[in-house]
Parts: sequence; C-alpha cells; structure tokens
Amino acid sequence: MFNYGYFAFDSKEDLLAKAAEYWNPGKVSFWKDAGTPMVIDRREGYFLYDMSGKRLIDLHLNGGTYNFGHRHPELVEVLKSGLDYFDMGNHWFPSVARAAFAEKLVKTAPHMKYAIFGSGGAEAVEIALKTARYATKRRKIVSIIKGYHGHSGLSVATGDERFSKIFLADRPDEFIQVPFNDEGALEEVLRNGDVAAFIVETIPATYGFPMPRDGYLKACQDLCHKYGTKFISDEVQTGLMRTGIMWGWQGYGLKPDIFVCGKGLGGGIYPISACMVDEDCGGWLIEDGAAHISTSGGSELGCVVGHHVIEMLQRPEVISNVHFVAEFFARGMAEMMKRHSDIFVGVRQRGVVLGLEFDHPEGAVAVSRALYENGVWAIFSSLDKRVLQFKPGVVLDVDLCQEILDRFDSAMPRARQLLKSGRRAA
Amino acid sequence: MSEHMTFDAPRLSVPDRALSSARMKVGRAAWAARYYRSFSRDAVLAIAEAVARAGYEKAGHFADLAVAETGFGVVEHKKIKNELCTHTLLDHYRDLDLVTPRIDAERKIVELPKPAGVVFALAPATNPVATVYYKAMLAILSRNAIVISPHPVAKSVSVAAARHLAEAAEAAGAPSGLIQCVEEPSIPLVQDIMASDRINVIIATGGTAMVRAAYSSGNPALGVGPGNAVAYVDPSAGVDAAARCLVDSKSFDNSILCTNESVVLTLDSNRGNMERALRSAGAHVCNEADTDRLREYLFGKGSLNLAAIGKSATWIAERAGIRVSPSARILVPVVATPGQDDLLFREKLCPVLTLTSAVDFQQALTFAKHTARRGAGHSAAFHGDDTARLVRFSQEMPVYRVVVNAPCSQGAAGFATYLPPSFTIGTGFAGRSSVGENVGPQHLVQWTRIAYGKDVPADLSGIDLSAVSTDRATARAPVAAPPPERESFDRDALRQLILEELRSLQGAGK
Repeated sequence: MFNYGYFAFDSKEDLLAKAAEYWNPGKVSFWKDAGTPMVIDRREGYFLYDMSGKRLIDLHLNGGTYNFGHRHPELVEVLKSGLDYFDMGNHWFPSVARAAFAEKLVKTAPHMKYAIFGSGGAEAVEIALKTARYATKRRKIVSIIKGYHGHSGLSVATGDERFSKIFLADRPDEFIQVPFNDEGALEEVLRNGDVAAFIVETIPATYGFPMPRDGYLKACQDLCHKYGTKFISDEVQTGLMRTGIMWGWQGYGLKPDIFVCGKGLGGGIYPISACMVDEDCGGWLIEDGAAHISTSGGSELGCVVGHHVIEMLQRPEVISNVHFVAEFFARGMAEMMKRHSDIFVGVRQRGVVLGLEFDHPEGAVAVSRALYENGVWAIFSSLDKRVLQFKPGVVLDVDLCQEILDRFDSAMPRARQLLKSGRRAA
Repeated sequence: MSEHMTFDAPRLSVPDRALSSARMKVGRAAWAARYYRSFSRDAVLAIAEAVARAGYEKAGHFADLAVAETGFGVVEHKKIKNELCTHTLLDHYRDLDLVTPRIDAERKIVELPKPAGVVFALAPATNPVATVYYKAMLAILSRNAIVISPHPVAKSVSVAAARHLAEAAEAAGAPSGLIQCVEEPSIPLVQDIMASDRINVIIATGGTAMVRAAYSSGNPALGVGPGNAVAYVDPSAGVDAAARCLVDSKSFDNSILCTNESVVLTLDSNRGNMERALRSAGAHVCNEADTDRLREYLFGKGSLNLAAIGKSATWIAERAGIRVSPSARILVPVVATPGQDDLLFREKLCPVLTLTSAVDFQQALTFAKHTARRGAGHSAAFHGDDTARLVRFSQEMPVYRVVVNAPCSQGAAGFATYLPPSFTIGTGFAGRSSVGENVGPQHLVQWTRIAYGKDVPADLSGIDLSAVSTDRATARAPVAAPPPERESFDRDALRQLILEELRSLQGAGK
C-alpha cells in the first residue's frame, strides 16, 4: 500500500494502470517496453527510489535540473523560508525578489542588460525569439538540424520535426535548419539579410552532446553580426557550471546577444527560467514592458531559489568540485572505453556534460537499461540513440563518483548481452 | 508602522552559508585526498619543501597579524614558533617514510601505508598560525587532506595562513583543496563537521570541552587537552640555570603555550635561593600583598581572567595594581605552603609562575601529582642532577613528558629537546586522550599488513610494489588524451605540463 495521505495506490502496478488510464498511456508503455519502468517515489541527494524500493543514482538530472541533487537541504530551506513571506507574486509590478535575482543574473554576464523571466526553458526561448524579431524587425529563425529548444509555438518550430509535425507546428518558411558544425551552411541562409536570429545550444543535448568544432560557435556568432542577425545561446543544459564555468558560452569566448537558461535555475524545486538580453535587444522592455506577460514567469518564490542557486554555484568549493568530478569521469570513462572497446566507442565531454557513444544505432537504449538494472539512471539522447547522456551533478562526492564508475563497469556485460540479442533481432 | 519597518533583521531566514561551505570544503578535501594518497615520496617531499619555504617566508608577517588579531603573545616569539613549524619540523620527519611500503622478509610481512583521508583539525586561539602550519605539514607528510577550523578570534590570520600554504602546495603539484581553512567557524559548525561521516579523523587541540566533543563525535579523534605544568627544582640543581630556564620559558610568547610551567616547586631549604635566582633572571617576585592582588586579578571571578591570556608581565602587573620594574619578564606570586586549593596553582597561560615549596621531596611529589591532575597527561619539568628523584618524579606524575634542565614551553613541544616538535601534545590516557606522544604525521597513517603463514614459502623480493604509490605525473595524466609513449620518459617536463593545465583549469573557474 502506498498511502500518501492525499491519495493512495495499492501497488506499483496499480499506479501504472491509473497513469495509463488517466495520464499518458504512451509514456507508460514506452518505459515498460524499454525495460526501465521507473516510478520515482522518494528522492534525496543524487538518489532516486523507485516504488519497488530500488535505489538509482541519478545521472539524468533532467538535463541539469537536479544539478545540486534532489531536494538539496539548503535549497529546500530557502524555499520554505520564502513561503513564509512570498507567493508567486504579481507579475505586473516591480518586486524585490525579481529585481534582486535579475541583478544577480546580469552580474554573471556583464555584457547583458536585462533578465526576463519565464517559468520554463521553452518560455525563455519564446521570449528570446520574440526579442530577436523585435530587435531586427525580421521574421526568420535559423537553428541546427537535431537542435532542441522546447515545445511551445516558436520554440518547437526550431526543433526536430518529430515534435512539430504531429501538431502541425512545423513552419518551414520561417524556421530554417542548417547542419551543426557547418558555418558555411549558416552563411548561406544568413546571406539574404532576412534572418532575425540563429539559436543554438552551446552543446546540443538532445542530439547527444556532439562537441562544437574549434571555432565553430565563434564563427557563427561573427557571421550573425556580419548579417545583422542575433546570436542566441541556449544554455538550458550547458549553463550553471555544467561545463565547468557558469555559462557554456564563456568557455568558447562568445558574447551572445541573447541567451536563455532554465532547468537547474530553480534548483529542481521551483520552476523558473530566464532570457538574458543585451541593451540593444532589450529595447522592447522600454517601449512596452508589458508586451510579454507571464503570470507564473519570474514567480517570486522561484526568484528567491534561483538567487540562492547562483550564489551556491559561485562558491569556490563548488567550482573546485565540478572540476574534480569532470576530471574523474574524463579519466574513468577513458579507462572504461579501454575495457569495453567492443561496444563503447567514444566520449564527448565538456565539464560534467558527457555523451557516451556506443557502437549500435540503439546502443544507448540498451546501455540505459543495463545501467538501470545496475542501479544507475542515465537516459539516451532522444535524437541520437547511439549516445547516452551522462550527466553527473556538480556537488557529487568522490565516493559516489567511484560507485557510479564501478556500477557502470558492472553494467557493461549486460549491455553487451542486450546489444547482441538486439542485433540478432534486427 | 509595521515591525518590519522598525527592525533591520532579515525578513527571510537564510541558510547557514558558513556551515554549507564548510561541508563543501570537506567534500573538496575528500577529492584531494583521493589523488594525494597515491603520491610518491619524492612528490610528497617536494610539496612539503615548498610549503615549508612559503611558511618560513611569511612567518613574521603572520606572527604580526596573529598578535594584532588575538592580542595574545609576542610577535617575535610567534615568528620563531611559526618558523619552527616549517623547515625544523620537516627536517625532523624527513626520514620518517610514511609513503613507501615496508617489507620485512624475515617475518614475511609487507606493510602498505593507508592515509586517513580527510583530517578535520581544530586550532586554538593561542597558537593560531603555528598550529595551521604544523597541522598542514602533518597532513602533507602523511598524504592526507586537511580542513582546519580555527578559533573564531583568530580566523582571519588562520585563513590567510592556510591559503598561503595551500597556494604553495598547489604550485608544487598538490591537488587543489589539500589544505583548507573554515572562514567563519562557530561551535555548531564544528560540531556538525566533527560528527560528519565524511571526515576520517579529528585532531582537536583546544579546551577540555572541545576535546571531549571530538571524542564524543563518533569519529576517530586525536584530542589533546590543557596542561598545568609543574617544574620541580631539586636542591641538586644549579638555581641560577634553573631560574633562567623558567624565566625564558614563561616569558616566551607570554606563556601562551600549554607546555609552559604553571607552578615552580622546590624544597623549603631552597626557596630563598630560588627567589634570589629568579629575581636575577628577570622575574618580579611578589610579596604577600602583591600575590593577593595578582590572585584577585587573575582569578577574582573564580575562573581565569581571559583578558590576561598571553599578555606581558608588565601589562598584567599594571592591571593587577602591582608596581614592577619595566624590565620585569615574569611575575612570581609566592604561596608559602603547597595546598591544593590556592587558585594560583591553576593553569594561567600568561607569564605568571607560582612559586611554592615543600618540606621534603615526598611532600613535593604529592603536591606535584595533585597539581598535574588539572592538566593531566601533559608535561612537567625537573631541574637537578638527582636521577633517582627524576625517575621517581616521572614515574609518579600523571604526565607523558618530563623536561629535564630545560625550559618546559620549548622543551615539551620538542624545540629545546629531542622530542618531536609539536603543537599537539598528546595527553594520553591520563588526560582522556587516545595519544600520549607529541602528535606527528605517523598518527595520521595506518598500515595494511600482508602476512604470510609462518610455515609457507614466501618470496617477498619478487613482490612488485610500484603500483602502490605513483609519481604525481603518472597519477594525474589526463587519460582522455594520453601522452605519447616515449622511451625516455621526461617526468619533470610532464609534471610541468600538468601543472600548467591545472592552473588553466583553475583560471577558467574564476
């Protein structure tokens, strides 16, 4: 019996049946078929507990949402304390929490002028694209093939057709896609001078973290400036120290005109996102500040949490820890690749953002399952199932890192077995 | 008007950032320890040398800051103490190899050193910088990482000193985070970290309460408590030499060391001589009225007046209302009979040395034992040539160091004797501590013993122990991009490369 006070379920099976009946039958059956039928019950630190009681170490982190782990005690304390004073607030009016958080964010990126808040990454992207259109008075948006920026109207149109066509939300006339790591292709489409923005994840997550070639992003930014197009960095998965530095673009020597962040900004306990714009792009905030409105965007509770998230990320101990974790997995995964070179063929890494490549079109699905069976939860890349997203948190400690590596090693024979049977089936 | 408009207190409660950051320091130290535990002896010594050099260079600077911040002690003496914890300390332990596996072919035993991991160290207000230096050096030599929690009244200088050593260590190849210091120490913070399962051992130097808390934490601890040293001057001693030792010891850093003599005890027949000798050595020997004034000033409120700690003799005399020569180096109140109850027989941590005398050696011994119970397990001094009495004294006294014909401050701490130089003086079972020696790096390492059966053949010479400790270069080489294999492996060049890479990594984080 799973009695939660407000509701109760007899068993995990009971829950799965209800979830399929009332919530999302597609997702319920997908995970069952994938061999990873997780229903997260308790969660604490970097651990998830399935309803069955099985413990999993979380390396999915929902793209960095749980950068500090689940329910980090300090962040929980901040939110609880915030609830004694604030609620979501009234988005029409200036607010202490929003002003303080906006200032805190702008100070992390001094060439930026304003922080515009949303409640999720897609909303922040939406603001970014609208802002670019405002600033350029152009309509076209360029993104990369297999890029991913969210599921709302404009953001979903920048992404893979898997998510747009089903809802008739693809808009090929205005939304153009070019191959990643190909600045020539970008220049082709910018040349007409009618593109408002080029939006790109600093390292494309859902595509499996392919690393930008040396100089690629800088070249894209320069091309944008040459043709009067705004360069937008999507930092939803690469921001917040995940690449070893506060914002991923800083590590590539960029100065985006606009960048967006979300996920971990709310510490995994209160949703908030932000679109950061420079002075030129932020003109609409003077002309008509109410041109974009969001009741839950920039909720004061989220601002209080986000303010603390940034403060924590700026601590020297956290910065040092990120480097230790990154170095540990750089070495550890190189060792694993040597030991399992028949299936494990590549590591893409920057900071604690890792993509592990397996030598099979669905390799990461099998590895994800094998890891799940060995107590580790890491998800494959939706748009390149050869690649496992492997996303350690920024405050992981040395013992847990070692345990993750040991479990990874133990999971490889099972992954090999799954892949063999998969190959036969295919 | 709302209450919020009248008070300036925060309207939201804010998590304890100091505690949170201290916990993160422990995590960082665990990372450093993980890498450092396999460093080679050469790499360890190179780091120790670099830290000793850096510490020595700034010994005076930090002595200045320590006295300015705490108001305790004498700058020039603190400088000496700081210096002693650099090259002198390293020289003492240079040949104590805690890194290389040991092979005992005859007993068929191989021993592998296993460092503790993360050392959590408490430092007192009285010797802030010397303790930071000393404990950091112990950690380095034993291949441990250390997080130091300074006394709150000495936090700025302690943090600065620890940072200075940490930078030198890192520049010499140590992992980042090997030496850290808590910036905002507090009692709840110390209790929280002491009880944490992320630390491996506590070294607690401080007051009784802190030491007991360390032992109650559930973690392994090396706790050392306060002292109350008795110096016995036997009639066989040259009184002038003994008096010089006593005055030197008591005036050193204004008696701030826990090893300093608290009481000087002689026989009635020798007391006149002793008074004269002390006077000529620079002491102000108090008459009865002065003695009363001093007692009132130091212990008028029942416990030691903290304002007097580490202050000079003339400073104390002025406040106690005693007229002394400006050249007076110590104050000597005289208690005619060695009773137990006089407050002046307690630990004083200032240049006040209580003189008393016994009718015979037996009474002297009885009194000395009782007095030493207030600083049980600590130190005592003996002046004289009568070795029979020396042995009896040492056998009966509940102390683990008896310094002979030398100043006890510097003697028990290993700077005027051949004892190990230390600012953590083990007070042993008598002082409810797990360690009775002067604490050294060997207390922070344990050994895994590989033991063959007595009657089974064992070829220990064939055992390859090269993987047990690796050179820093090979340990830290990024495996993601392994350096090309070369016939002539240029270790120094590689080490340099890695250092540069680490620096750039740190730079990127700023």
